Amino acid sequence: MKTVCLYFQVHQPWRLKTYRFFHIGKDHNYLDDLTNRAIMQKIARECYLPMNALLLKLIKENKGAFRVSFSLTGTVVEQFKTYAPEVLDSFRALVDTGCVELLAETYSHSLAALSSKEDFKEQVKRHTAMLKAEFGVKPKAFRNTELIYSDEIGEMVGELGFKTMLAEGAKHILGWKSPDFVYAGAADQSLRLLLRNYKLSDDIAFRFSNQGWDEYPLTADKYAGWLAESNGEVINLFMDYETFGEHQKASTGIFDFMKSLPKAVLRHGDLQFATVSEAAAKHQPVAVLHCPHVMSWADEERDITAWLGNDLQNEAFGKLYAMKEKVRSLKSADFDYVWNFMQTSDHFYYMATKWLSDGDVHSYFNPYGSSYEAFINYMNVLSDFQIEVEKALAAKKSRKK
Amino acid sequence: MRVLMFGWEFPPHIAGGLGTACYGMTRGLARNDVDVTFVMPRASGDEDERFIRVVNASDVETVFGKVSTDAADIIDKMSFIHIDSNLVPYLSPEDYASYHDEFVKTGEKRWETSDIWSQRYTFSGKYGANLMEEVARYAIVAAQVAKDLEGQFDVIHAHDWLTYFAGIAAKRVSGKPLVVHMHATSFDRSSSDNIDTRVYEIERAGMAAADRVIAVSNLTRNIVIEKYNIPAEKVVTVHNAVRFAEKENEMPERGVKDKIVTFLGRITFQKGPDYFVEAAAKVLKRVPNVRFVMAGSGDMMNHVIRRVARLGIADRFHFTGFLRGDDVHKMFQLSDVYIMPSVSEPFGISPLEAMRANVPSIISKQSGVAEVLDYAVKVDYWDVDAMADAIYGLITYPALSKMFAQKGLEEVTNLKWNDAAKKVKAVYEDAIASAK
Repeated sequence: MKTVCLYFQVHQPWRLKTYRFFHIGKDHNYLDDLTNRAIMQKIARECYLPMNALLLKLIKENKGAFRVSFSLTGTVVEQFKTYAPEVLDSFRALVDTGCVELLAETYSHSLAALSSKEDFKEQVKRHTAMLKAEFGVKPKAFRNTELIYSDEIGEMVGELGFKTMLAEGAKHILGWKSPDFVYAGAADQSLRLLLRNYKLSDDIAFRFSNQGWDEYPLTADKYAGWLAESNGEVINLFMDYETFGEHQKASTGIFDFMKSLPKAVLRHGDLQFATVSEAAAKHQPVAVLHCPHVMSWADEERDITAWLGNDLQNEAFGKLYAMKEKVRSLKSADFDYVWNFMQTSDHFYYMATKWLSDGDVHSYFNPYGSSYEAFINYMNVLSDFQIEVEKALAAKKSRKK
Repeated sequence: MRVLMFGWEFPPHIAGGLGTACYGMTRGLARNDVDVTFVMPRASGDEDERFIRVVNASDVETVFGKVSTDAADIIDKMSFIHIDSNLVPYLSPEDYASYHDEFVKTGEKRWETSDIWSQRYTFSGKYGANLMEEVARYAIVAAQVAKDLEGQFDVIHAHDWLTYFAGIAAKRVSGKPLVVHMHATSFDRSSSDNIDTRVYEIERAGMAAADRVIAVSNLTRNIVIEKYNIPAEKVVTVHNAVRFAEKENEMPERGVKDKIVTFLGRITFQKGPDYFVEAAAKVLKRVPNVRFVMAGSGDMMNHVIRRVARLGIADRFHFTGFLRGDDVHKMFQLSDVYIMPSVSEPFGISPLEAMRANVPSIISKQSGVAEVLDYAVKVDYWDVDAMADAIYGLITYPALSKMFAQKGLEEVTNLKWNDAAKKVKAVYEDAIASAK
């Protein structure tokens, strides 16, 4: 019996407004409210609402045989609450079916795992608390931002009490091995790893509507056939949730594809759906996965150079996390709110200068004209935030006296 | 005395250093009883206009735009001639070529210059396909103008190399003496041994054919003599002056308590942005409460941003991008120190504007303006330590900055175009006398 594990990543960053030098010290509203609202409402309309409705219908139709997993970042949930509360309700309805597992991750879709254990734990705990408050759920499995993983990160995740973690089935790590099995972490061997089958995942996420692809058009039956051909035990299909209706528009037929997929898969007697934790429990790890260097699911290189690959990104990242002690000592919800959205990895992604192999994907997600503009804007906001933090600290000190 | 001047349009139409200088100078000349017939290029778009258009005084208002009332006092001393052309100041052959390509490709008729005064110009396809062709074409039209105006002028004055052929042509047609004005040399525009030889040749030819050469500083005069082999007795230095808008802007509200050190200009090799960054890093090691601002854009901007990031000072070193209009003035008003670390600057008007806003300035010794200022700190552009020292001193010792601000303001207020124009007039007289 082979397991098909569908996992969807749901995330939106808080986008910064054009924040000029002249604003520093005067204007403490950093967000582009109009753009954030417009994008959230558009994606809600085109993706979240119709896709959630479809999944709910499929789950009910298949009476427990169709199961999926999600992770929702703290920033996307904040935006649901602000701009599209009905989306949050529709996710709650999905969770209530009992066929949907919610995974833990970093609250802000942040790169905290690359900063320090302390920063990472703070982010994860914040996210777990959010899941408890919004969905009444205590997560057992973990996915890190952009599937960023290394032995060390796996160890931290194990320490936080998670049994299962997602990672990329990167060729340079796996070598001849197949991603379609459960693996064990190198440092903490009780941690089970599910590795993304990037070929089959990207067939849906990237290639589905590509008319130049020799498998175009992709039907649910054909795809289910590929899944059945796999020699492994668990096929991990991990992708951005925005694939449905946003990256692949409704007109490409992506919703029809998904509508037919459960039946097409279940028709093969040896395929069944499971959530992340179920899939990990069902199969024994076949080997220990050694990953001394950090990997991710991004770009051809499957590394972290999209976020921390040049001087601009390293500088912004260093300057941000240099503030952590000060922000923490303030213990203020307002400052934490800014502190969290400033950590979102998207800000660093906009500063990438590696446009050669994956320029298309990068520019698709980038609201800035250039990485330099992104850097200047981010640093201007960060400078004002620094000043505000210092002011608040001084005020706190004088109150104590 | 009557002069036929090949110049550039006035602010606000073109507010670059050249246009500003032409404007100030013609005002000064008018006050010194010199009648100016002012010839300037202006692209007319696609509407069918006559090749040459003589504009009489009553039509001039459109040229002056916002400053028309301000300029009314000199209009009766001047007449204007527009020649349809794509020429604008600070144009390099490469720029022209790319604008032309862009025009051919898209039919788009606008372009924007990359200097801090960012202006939009109309580009029209009916003129020369490359800059050299256009310069030559402009000269042919200029010859026609000189012929039409025969007997109506005593001397010819040409500004910047783009009009030198026009000046030479006018001189040949009319037999009147020619004065050319060097606002910048090829050696300022690029790193020293990498100059555009075509531009160099035109500059050299213009100065060789001229009866007198005016240089905007002794620095420029020396380059003219040494690198262009122009006889020293022919070359006269007349420093630019500066004219300030009457209206005073309100002091903008200050957001940050820290001291602000500002660089404002094109971020190009010539302006020495690199040295400013290195000096900033040195200062930040000693004092935390200071911020550095680089205002402007240019081909070295990304390089500078990377360097700032690598030095780890990006939360204290800010980029504003291109500033326009009032923002330029606002930036000066927000500054505590202004710095112009130019590698080579024929004159350099921006420190004068800073000093006018009560901001003490640090200028490189390699700038022409250093010759006329006493109350500005002067350092070698490459001497990053001295630059850091000067910045440190000006932000740390109020007595020092107060002295520079006060005395500096007095000093720039006394740089008047009237005085500069007197010198220009003397050059005319000299040229006419020696031509006879």
